[in-house]
Amino acid sequence: MKTLVLAEHDNTALKDATLSAVTAAAQLGEVHLLVAGSGCDIVAQAAAQIAGVGKVHLADDPAYANALPEAIAPLAARLMADHDAFVAPATTTGKNIAPRVAALLDVMQVSDILSVEGPDSFTRPIYAGNAIATVKTSDAKLVVTVRGTAFAKAAATGGAAAIEPVSGPGETGRARFVSAELDTSSRPELTSAKVIVSGGRGLGSGEQFHALIEPLADKLNAAVGASRAAVDAGYVPNDYQVGQTGKIVAPDVYIAVGISGAIQHLAGMKDSKTIVAINKDEDAPIFGVADIGLVGDLFQIVPELTSKL
Amino acid sequence: MKILVPVKRVLDYNLKPRVKADGSGVDLANVKLSMNPFDEIAVEEAVRLKEKGVATEIVAVSIGEAKAQETLRTALAMGADRALLVVHEGVAEPLAVAKILKVIAQEEQPGMVILGKQAIDDDANQTGQMLAALLGWPQGTFASKVEVAGDTVNVTREIDGGLETVALTLPAIVTTDLRLNEPRYASLPNIMKAKAKPLAQKTPADYGVDMTPRLTTLNVAEPPARKAGVKVGSVDELVAKLKELGVA
Repeated sequence: MKTLVLAEHDNTALKDATLSAVTAAAQLGEVHLLVAGSGCDIVAQAAAQIAGVGKVHLADDPAYANALPEAIAPLAARLMADHDAFVAPATTTGKNIAPRVAALLDVMQVSDILSVEGPDSFTRPIYAGNAIATVKTSDAKLVVTVRGTAFAKAAATGGAAAIEPVSGPGETGRARFVSAELDTSSRPELTSAKVIVSGGRGLGSGEQFHALIEPLADKLNAAVGASRAAVDAGYVPNDYQVGQTGKIVAPDVYIAVGISGAIQHLAGMKDSKTIVAINKDEDAPIFGVADIGLVGDLFQIVPELTSKL
Repeated sequence: MKILVPVKRVLDYNLKPRVKADGSGVDLANVKLSMNPFDEIAVEEAVRLKEKGVATEIVAVSIGEAKAQETLRTALAMGADRALLVVHEGVAEPLAVAKILKVIAQEEQPGMVILGKQAIDDDANQTGQMLAALLGWPQGTFASKVEVAGDTVNVTREIDGGLETVALTLPAIVTTDLRLNEPRYASLPNIMKAKAKPLAQKTPADYGVDMTPRLTTLNVAEPPARKAGVKVGSVDELVAKLKELGVA
């Protein structure tokens, strides 16, 4: 089987999610990468070095600069004439583009796969991860998106794939990119961080969230996350949200502070290697999944912890 | 401009799904089913656009079992003007749903179709994008802000690492994310009024769409359980544990 993996990048560097998608694709067959962007030669060169990649298709055109699905989906659908499976990371970029490719190919997509069970069968989470379905597709071609935390990252070096320029329609249709506001903090990104400190409703306010969670995260070189309750209460922006409706994370250590552990939050972090919970309510559901729990007042515990680390 | 809002009836957001012992799926017998929360946000956004004078008519659509009428009545009570139920018992995959919606969109000629970004049962996150592809329309997915100006809609999108804004020339597809709005509760008078609003019924065959699923569910299982660990008694003990883990 020949797979076409959508490389996620910002025209300068490849995103790590691509490497997990490569691992999933390699379980299906031969791995080709699609690097679509503008002035993104350097990305194609990095893509060619990923271990296990057989070929890199480079589509360099201003129309592809911002990963607009209106431009990339027709290009990918055309390349799929010579491939059997389209594989994209289940990031906001992949989720935006892959179903559009699937519909153009008249294929029912398999979203957010956790494992490859065979050439046409996969496991995937449903009901916010409260159930795992094993599904088999009858479509001739495959379109899948890959949950990054479920697959190891392919080695970023060791490969020497050929780079083949391709061209597509190169039009964005009736869509135009206007602007992006990206978080510019120097902290690690949530989905790739080794340690995450997450705050919940127990923090009480945005001021206290920043005053308590951020110094602790700084000490641990950790990313900062939040529960949906903390986001809904306006303490932090939505891109901090960990949970089924936010980001799915699986760091080495996840420290949940003042988070009760609603089902939807657990769905986003329960694959973390070690979970640490700090909560004043000893019956909070978070303690049911935590490896290490500390019951007590977070307003005393967190500053003390930060000072002792 | 007319706005089309597809809605789906799913297991209520507050209920924990129970996996059937035979592995055939999630037990939906005798449990509360409600409108998919992201679809509620879609209905709310359409109603707000109507209140602002941008939208003139809101048509709510559902593809599903006959009981989805209740979900459509909820949409009507929130402020939709009329409803259309495409009755289909059994699995309705996003691709088939998008094909039906394509025909409905061609008949109704809406300026926008606003959908939830995903349904909280199958978590597919596909229908809006697929509909956009089939119609050849632009798409603004995971919207946290929707602003219509003339023949353009500016959609601010929740993306990994921040926000992105795209400008789409209408007609366009928008899918909703959580922060777009907070849906209203339908008032009792509006619930009563909704009973008198028109609700048409069709079948997939009326739209020439084959509903045969492409995916077969071989098994549905509980995720591997995580065991509770130990409780420590002090910050010093916690620091020691973190040091053992090599993070401090």
